[in-house]
Amino acid sequence: MNRFSYLRATSIDEAVREAAADPTARFIAGGTNLIDLMKYNVERPTRLIDITRLPLDRIEESDGGGLRIGALVTNDEAAYDPRIHDRYPLLSSAILAGASPQLRNSATTGGNLLQRTRCYYFYDPGTPCNKREPGTGCPATTGRNRIHAILGTSEHCIATHPSDMAVALAALEAVVHIAGPDGERTIALSDFHRLPGDHPEIDTILQHGEIITAVELPSTDFSRNYTYLKLRDRLSYAFALVSVAVALRMEGETIAEARLALGGVAHKPWRDPEAEAMLRGQSAAEGLFASVAACILKDAKGYEDNAFKIDLAKRAIIRALFQAASGTPQSQTDKRIQ
Amino acid sequence: MQQPNAYIGTPQNRVDGRAKVTGGAKYAAEFEAPDLAFGIVVSSAIAKGRIKSIDTSAALAVPGVLQVFTHENRPRTAWLDRNFRDETAPPGSPFRPLYDDKVIYSGQPVALVVAEEFELAAHAASLVRVEYETEPHMTDLDLKRSEAYVPPKKRSGVKPPPSPRGDAEGVFAQAPVKVHAEYRVAIEHHNPMETHASTVVYEDDGTLTIHDKTQGAQNSQSYVASVFGLSSSQVRVVSPYIGGAFGSGLRPQYQLFLAVMAALELKRSVRVVLTRDQMFTFGFRPLTIQTISLGANPDGKLLSIMHDATQTTSTFEDYQEVVVNWSNLLYHCDNVKLTYKLAQVDTYTPTDMRAPGAALGVAAIETAMDELAYATGIDPVELRLRNYAEMDEADKKSFTSKELRACYQLGAERFGWEKRNPEPRSMRDGRELVGWGMASGVWEAIMQKTAARAVLTQDGNLEVASATMDIGTGTYTILTQIAAETLGLPMTSVATKIGDSSLPKSPVQGGSWTAASAGSAVQNACLSVREQIFKYARQMESSPLANASIEQVTFAEGRIHLTNDPSASVTFAEAMQAGGVERIEAEEKASPGMLTSMRYSGYSHSAVFAEVKVDEELGVIRVTRIVTAVAAGTILNPKTARSQILGGVVFGLGMALEEESMLDHNLGRFMNHNLAEYHVPVNADVYDIDVIFVSEHEEMLNPLGIKGLGEIGVVGTAAAIGNAIFHATGKRIREYPITIDKLLG
Repeated sequence: MNRFSYLRATSIDEAVREAAADPTARFIAGGTNLIDLMKYNVERPTRLIDITRLPLDRIEESDGGGLRIGALVTNDEAAYDPRIHDRYPLLSSAILAGASPQLRNSATTGGNLLQRTRCYYFYDPGTPCNKREPGTGCPATTGRNRIHAILGTSEHCIATHPSDMAVALAALEAVVHIAGPDGERTIALSDFHRLPGDHPEIDTILQHGEIITAVELPSTDFSRNYTYLKLRDRLSYAFALVSVAVALRMEGETIAEARLALGGVAHKPWRDPEAEAMLRGQSAAEGLFASVAACILKDAKGYEDNAFKIDLAKRAIIRALFQAASGTPQSQTDKRIQ
Repeated sequence: MQQPNAYIGTPQNRVDGRAKVTGGAKYAAEFEAPDLAFGIVVSSAIAKGRIKSIDTSAALAVPGVLQVFTHENRPRTAWLDRNFRDETAPPGSPFRPLYDDKVIYSGQPVALVVAEEFELAAHAASLVRVEYETEPHMTDLDLKRSEAYVPPKKRSGVKPPPSPRGDAEGVFAQAPVKVHAEYRVAIEHHNPMETHASTVVYEDDGTLTIHDKTQGAQNSQSYVASVFGLSSSQVRVVSPYIGGAFGSGLRPQYQLFLAVMAALELKRSVRVVLTRDQMFTFGFRPLTIQTISLGANPDGKLLSIMHDATQTTSTFEDYQEVVVNWSNLLYHCDNVKLTYKLAQVDTYTPTDMRAPGAALGVAAIETAMDELAYATGIDPVELRLRNYAEMDEADKKSFTSKELRACYQLGAERFGWEKRNPEPRSMRDGRELVGWGMASGVWEAIMQKTAARAVLTQDGNLEVASATMDIGTGTYTILTQIAAETLGLPMTSVATKIGDSSLPKSPVQGGSWTAASAGSAVQNACLSVREQIFKYARQMESSPLANASIEQVTFAEGRIHLTNDPSASVTFAEAMQAGGVERIEAEEKASPGMLTSMRYSGYSHSAVFAEVKVDEELGVIRVTRIVTAVAAGTILNPKTARSQILGGVVFGLGMALEEESMLDHNLGRFMNHNLAEYHVPVNADVYDIDVIFVSEHEEMLNPLGIKGLGEIGVVGTAAAIGNAIFHATGKRIREYPITIDKLLG
């Protein structure tokens, strides 16, 4: 635990201005991850800027016919919002696959995107970690890596992004709205998180002082053929070993549009345009789904404990595609896999 | 008609339930004291080596920091091993916190930062800079297995394997049917909900009142007195409520040492609470590799049993538990070879964890027996009945009671076992494969010498007291039931005081022995009060009981009456007034019967039946149903008893599918040291659990016939689930926990 000062921001401008002026300031909203990390001495902000009073807590219709989810909308509010539930059930399902009711009551939309990896080493200041302390090394590559990434890794980091919600948002091609010292900008959710590369300490493209104001869902309707399938080490309240978000638009028996994103396998929600293209114009078939799965995992690299994820991800992709194509999405309460 | 005040054997709510759910029950870290200071432990980052330097200047510079204790400035304490021993210590040199510059395991406490506020201490602790000189460490049992040895010095209370009987190897070589396999169970940490904590209250006269998270108030008291050179009158440990322990509180843990050290040195009250991460820096259930060879006839009759176990221990103590003895205890066999070895690794010493040894050994033998069932084509229940041990063959003793046969029968009936198709992969529910498996459980019925006091006052209130503990098991409630029934009082007139070292002598709470031991002691004390009050009642002027003997009267509702004429009665108050006493007090002991234990063996048993549903493609396992039938003598309180077994079964479910403390051998460190990544079952994992208490007449172990229930629920559960997974999938996984990767691999 570090000493820090606290400011309750009253406007977005104030929050951005104050944060930009202090390189070690952090925004705090739900605090479900940041407070833990502060207790572990992983995050050591000198200043917390409380953004919970900013007017970012609404879900509104967007100009393009979609929905705009304010950054402070809690996971719980988002998951049970009737508009999201009816029009974007994939998002509802993914949110409800994550965390616990208590955490979802507190955690926010913006914070969910910014939560940090659950890598054991990142959380333990008694060990080296390039993400926590750049240049110290990555013991996960040769240590315990059951929960680690198989796609898009680098020699410096094999951490995963732990969010479920972000995986669904990637599949839905959500757009992140950002306000910062230089004004506002938007970025596709799929481009929001980075791969570790040479700088695993940087999780996202967000610059210091920038704040997420909203996540916008496009109008595209994937409310009929979708699923969020999450596989984990117990039936609830565990991070994904592998998760799959699938959104299909079916025209009769034919897949007219396909989106697929993986969680638990990479430093970011993982999408593969080539694999999605393979699905377009085809009808649902085991062989097709198997080749899509093979395509997505073709460059996967396993380590000692997590190599099983490659096969598991393929199996999960195939099952999730069947679930989505047949309109029988995975229930998040009945733990039997559909 | 039910006798009034007949509480033994009836379902009763917890007498401490209200205090617990309203926050009235205080735990070690919740006691307040004037000028309380707060200590935070700094843990070592390396597994082996020495501390080159500790820079505490930045921590000390934080306003409000009182002291940073390290090996360099710690006050003098005792240094001999024996001063640091406690009643459950294994042979060896107990860990001495801050003793010198040597680091002998990762996570070892290397400093204690004490400050005026908890947050200040936590902040200052992050400023302590430790430089290490590392030495090569070794935490991998597979690499140390070849150096395993038979522990030269036996651990008190832990039976070594019996000498071999017959010619197990020779007979195995010739056996018509053979099973030979290696089994592993991962390291587990206890992870009670309450983390370890000690609040040391420094009294005005310099004595200490300590609220410690412990399974033994007197064990902690004598440890503190011995280590810090205090007399027992200077140290009192008061721990009325414990938020689970499962064995982690059997030994005084290092937070107790550190808090006492700081309190004595600073001459003020100090609280030290360990973090959840630090709960992974002391005892655990050790990694155990077992090899079992079963030789049998085609009819399933065992010809030979060989069961070998190798466990890790630390480099400084020879931790031991009973792993292999259970095989022959469950099954009749003339050729038996049981062996048990230790291998030293650079971790802390393992510590007893719920059903120590049995949970591991029975998981292995009961998996092996399932393999034998398939090798011979005999139903798993029938196979066990064919090999049923009618006596403790190793010790050549009869059992005081053993209703395991009834457990198999009643459990199987309730489960619907007869509808099982024995063929693996033969049962389905939609996409899921369905598997039914079973296993036996066994645990020793232990009794330990324990004392208790009973005080009856004229107002009809009874207080019973013993230094035993309630770690969440229901001790308060069963002692209250026993006391109320013995003296014929409503339970609401009985106050039970435990968890205080100043009370009559008791061992730690563990081994499932508390109900039998403290329960018998309380019963004896109440019987003694009964005799005294009866004496006064008889001596009353024109007493209606004047000519009665104690066998002819009944104690009920605060009165003594002739059993065959309830109108002839004397109230307790009348008797005490007549005797001229305000209170009647008695202190009595209960001890295991020497003659009984020379001739008989006492064990509780169970039969566990599990149903799993497996999505084979994805490796997802659901344990949809468990029936466990338990024979454990007298069940004092079916309600709290059921809770005990439910908890044990869920513990077994964790062992079967989820729990594993992952060591990084490069760092010599447990890495998943939090409850997000160390998985224990959550609600969604737990479906139907049906607990059956099999009627078992027990009269030899103690007058009430108590065997204890703390451990038996966990024993056998993992194997029943593993066997069900085999039945579902045809895949035999011999490494627990059975995780997705193992099922798909």
